[in-house]
Amino acid sequence: MSERAASAVPLALEFRNLSKTFGGQKALSGVDFQLRPGEVHGLLGQNGSGKSTLIKVLAGYHAPDSGSELLVHGERVPLPLPSGRFRAFGISFVHQHLGLIPSLTVVENLLLGRMAASRALAVSWRREAARARRVFERYGLTLDSNAQVSRLTGVERALLAIVRAMEEMRGVGQARGGVLVLDEPTPFLPKRDVDRLFALIRAIVADGASVIFVSHDVDEVLEITDRATVLRDGRVAGTIATRGTSKDDLVRLIVGRALVPTARKRSAGGAAAPLAVVEGLEGPFINQLSFWVGEGEILGVTGLLGSGYEQVPYLLYGATRPSAGSLTVEGRHYDLLRLTPAEAVSDGIVLIPGDRAAAGVIGALPVVDNVTMPALGTIFHPLALARRRMALLASELGRRFEVTPNRPTLPVSALSGGNAQKVVLAKWLQGRPRLILLDEPTQGVDVGARYKVFEAIRDAAAGGAGVLCASSDYEQLASLCDRVLILARGGVAAELTRGDLSKESIAERCYRAGTVAPQVAKAET
Amino acid sequence: MSEQTQRTPGTLARVDRQRAIDLTERYGLIAALVVLTVAFGVLEPTTFFTWANLSSMLGSQAVLVVVTLGLLIPLTANDFDVSIAYVLTFSSMVAAVLNAQLGVPIWLAVFAALAAGVAVGLVNGLLITVFRIHSLIVTLGTGTFLHGVTLWISGSMTISGLDPALIQYVIVGRVLGIPLEFYYALLLCVALWYVQEHTAVGRRLLFVGRGREVARLSGINTDRVRLGCLVASSVLGAIGGVLYAGTQGAADPSSGASLLLPAFAAAFLGSTSVVPGRFNPFGSLVAVYFLVTGITGLVFLGVSSFVQDMFYGGALVLAVTLSQIVRGREEQQF
Repeated sequence: MSERAASAVPLALEFRNLSKTFGGQKALSGVDFQLRPGEVHGLLGQNGSGKSTLIKVLAGYHAPDSGSELLVHGERVPLPLPSGRFRAFGISFVHQHLGLIPSLTVVENLLLGRMAASRALAVSWRREAARARRVFERYGLTLDSNAQVSRLTGVERALLAIVRAMEEMRGVGQARGGVLVLDEPTPFLPKRDVDRLFALIRAIVADGASVIFVSHDVDEVLEITDRATVLRDGRVAGTIATRGTSKDDLVRLIVGRALVPTARKRSAGGAAAPLAVVEGLEGPFINQLSFWVGEGEILGVTGLLGSGYEQVPYLLYGATRPSAGSLTVEGRHYDLLRLTPAEAVSDGIVLIPGDRAAAGVIGALPVVDNVTMPALGTIFHPLALARRRMALLASELGRRFEVTPNRPTLPVSALSGGNAQKVVLAKWLQGRPRLILLDEPTQGVDVGARYKVFEAIRDAAAGGAGVLCASSDYEQLASLCDRVLILARGGVAAELTRGDLSKESIAERCYRAGTVAPQVAKAET
Repeated sequence: MSEQTQRTPGTLARVDRQRAIDLTERYGLIAALVVLTVAFGVLEPTTFFTWANLSSMLGSQAVLVVVTLGLLIPLTANDFDVSIAYVLTFSSMVAAVLNAQLGVPIWLAVFAALAAGVAVGLVNGLLITVFRIHSLIVTLGTGTFLHGVTLWISGSMTISGLDPALIQYVIVGRVLGIPLEFYYALLLCVALWYVQEHTAVGRRLLFVGRGREVARLSGINTDRVRLGCLVASSVLGAIGGVLYAGTQGAADPSSGASLLLPAFAAAFLGSTSVVPGRFNPFGSLVAVYFLVTGITGLVFLGVSSFVQDMFYGGALVLAVTLSQIVRGREEQQF
């Protein structure tokens, strides 16, 4: 893998001048990317940096702009790649969701791709199981080929998916010089399991394949990759040799140079009295988390993928059951193991979920039905609903939250994303809640509506409510929040208060905290 | 997704056309029922188009109306209750065995029949919500089980000799020449409509059916709502059973099964009219009589009775297709 050896043989894969425009917005612009044979090459960047667009071009999912070029083993490949054609060029993907069928066995999953294409009438399971065992042995893995995939641990599933990808390449005679793309394979794995994954990656590379390792995790990239390319705002911010690069340098490259905190726009709040106190929260990816939200305060929680931050609103609402934890709101104590959404709602705790279509509103039903949902038992008589007054209330709320068009009989699915989100806000903020839990409140919301959403949240906080906002949009957190908690491995890794809040400072803390606990970070930093 | 309506002449014409489509959708089935009745009346003026025939049709199909109403409650919450027809047979048999064979007073026998409905509904609902089993499977199982129990307690025989008082209050008593049971069905229709449209429970039912996760996160106890639906459908099945026993003066161990498919057909066909896109009681009422008029008319015209199965089966598929079109082809979540 030395520099000289790499230059003697053609590159395993190369993008030249790769650009991709979405409706006038440049997602990628003039990106040059080179993957040397036998190297592990990290691909890093913040959300929206163009990382996933590049991967999707390679998968044939997006057609790049004209002028973009792709070379595989030194030979030009016509773009756009027809969807699924990457296999023929010896490229294989393992995505974060792995693409395994949990109810099938290891060997069945291993054969999945081949079965889909095969015309053979019969399968000798005994022979296939023996073959699978040999494959696992070659990579030094101990996987029971007859075990059901749902019974495997997270890392075993990831290992299986990677081995399958390699076997698929071997199937087309390309395993040796193949290119394996690992798209965020690690965020939900504990550290000791990441080591097992890395051992497999090293075995694959020793076998002659090359790996593109897409990740958020700076520590992992430093540990496993030979080189890394960092994208920022659709351009290459730099390609570096990993050895000799410090964590600080890499973080700076990801975040950009502007590390000067920008001033906050709002001046209310301050060191408010705690309104809600969370203690000892334990749940999926959350580990002994304790924090508080002040009266009138907007508290942000964020972190990288796998840090567990996005779970927090659901755990505090009784929507996802934690394994331990308590919440105290204005002196009222709740055992989060027993809290139900019904109880939360009646005590003035509301949740505005991130997945609007599946969890926020019922698209097929009119605005009036959606928006009056929480008011059914309270402001209307439950046994004699005054439909006309409900319609009046809906149109008044529509006016207050600037839903356009303000026609309460319209199904929510007929509204734009931003207006649908205003309906969700109207639904929950009408009752003057005490604690507002938000998950990605402006996801899929256009710029104009985004402003209105911010305003509604700020109004609620100014009225004395506490707001908790989980988001991966650092810019949004910087402009909306009074304080931001950065989570890593389920705990608070850093806390930023108003003076230090900026998009860059949040990003920097996120990447610095990574998802790996400090004591296992690399020694050189 | 964002289609903001602007007031231009072009859109006004579109609005008018949309209104016309809406009206056709809403009242199309009622118009079709009228047309069908008149058509058969013209073809068979002396037999079909007589008050005696029409009123007896209204009365005798009241049982089907009640079963359809029962069915559409869990359907609204996106659950199936295919045991409802067997609950009907079972409860009518409970009433018959208690009253005709064991001499239990008729009011107590009727009460026992309804209690049996509550019990079956609870079993169905608890299996579905506690163990997270699909309602179709649960009710298929409990329904078949009940059918067995019905054969057992009746010795596979039709049991007659029910208290004439029941028959009097169900079919012999008439208002405007129409048997009383039709008015019972109508009353249930109005009651269900009120619950659906004007109570919080009815709204919650709709939310649970259309967006179970949204409902759950809105603080609705979705399990309790679904349990309630299955109890309600079983109770309506039991009421149907009592009416059935009153209509026949007897309980027949294999009677109810033939009502299941027509009830499904009527519920789905009904969901395309009156309140298009939703399972609704008045749409179902119209649908029941539309289907029955079709069949009765054909039989009067001399068509063999096997046509009945073809007609109901075809109507179910057609009705589901129509209701899908009305719903805008959302994926059905069975």
